[in-house]
Amino acid sequence: MTANPWLRPYVLTGGRTGTQQHLLVHTLVGVENYDAAFAARLLPEAQALYERAYAATESVAELSAHCGVSLGVTRVLLGDLAASNRILIYPETYDSPYDPSLLKEVIHGLRELA
Amino acid sequence: MDFVSSPDGPPRRRTSAKIVVAGGFGVGKTTLVSAVSEIPPVNTEAWMTQASKTIDPLSAADDKTTTTVAMDFGRITLARHLVLYLFGTPGQARFWPMWDDLCRGASGALVLVDSRRLDVSFPAINYFENDSDVPFIIVVNLFDGVQTHSLEDIRDALELSGQVPLIAADARDRRSVIDSLTATLTHTMEVTAPGNRDAVTAR
Repeated sequence: MTANPWLRPYVLTGGRTGTQQHLLVHTLVGVENYDAAFAARLLPEAQALYERAYAATESVAELSAHCGVSLGVTRVLLGDLAASNRILIYPETYDSPYDPSLLKEVIHGLRELA
Repeated sequence: MDFVSSPDGPPRRRTSAKIVVAGGFGVGKTTLVSAVSEIPPVNTEAWMTQASKTIDPLSAADDKTTTTVAMDFGRITLARHLVLYLFGTPGQARFWPMWDDLCRGASGALVLVDSRRLDVSFPAINYFENDSDVPFIIVVNLFDGVQTHSLEDIRDALELSGQVPLIAADARDRRSVIDSLTATLTHTMEVTAPGNRDAVTAR
């Protein structure tokens, strides 16, 4: 599924460009309780994002790329889905991306791969 | 309403971290990401085509959120609950505002340089020196596995401050790339350690 080439982004988002949610490009998004009837009522772009996030927990950038929905529109649509508790935006576990325990955990994981 | 549990398992603590991979056009960013990513780096061209279909670049309403990015990114699952993302910066000047967006929340940045064409990576180095608080290191890509200039000469040519680590790596080699990523995060730990005079805080 790809985004409708004839629809302007602001039509999909109702003119909105921002969201309440803290959505970084690498923020993880998943669906805990999939609702097929709800999915069927969504616009194609939102439906694609919802179904993709249900299939596997992925980052905002992955969802955007795989569903062919631009990053800005993806953020707004995911924000809507999160506001109605349809998707789970994984909260940041650490206060800072420089948190030593996060850095140590990633370094340890990378060394295991090597 | 019928609810179906996610096949991905019950919710649990999940964390993602991000390293930004910057550098000029053709220095090997995509190669580096490909060497370690478990997913093929997202095809920039496909994303661009999509962007040009859905977004009119001449539109007056073309603000930050309607700008579509052209970048490669990769993913490395380090543990069931921990994913590392690598984001390559878009090289085109018109995507410059996206760098701030990509760098927000990054744990570190790796600026890749080609010793034969140092100038193409100058804008990326300037960005991390002047416009970003994200700790960064410079990685000289050993094209063909050959080091054509000494690291000291390259450091001088780049006019790098002594605090910025400079290492060499082969962007095609998985092991070498993993070492570069580890070096990037080790540098972040050092410069953000409590007591470090030049400690930085996340924006």
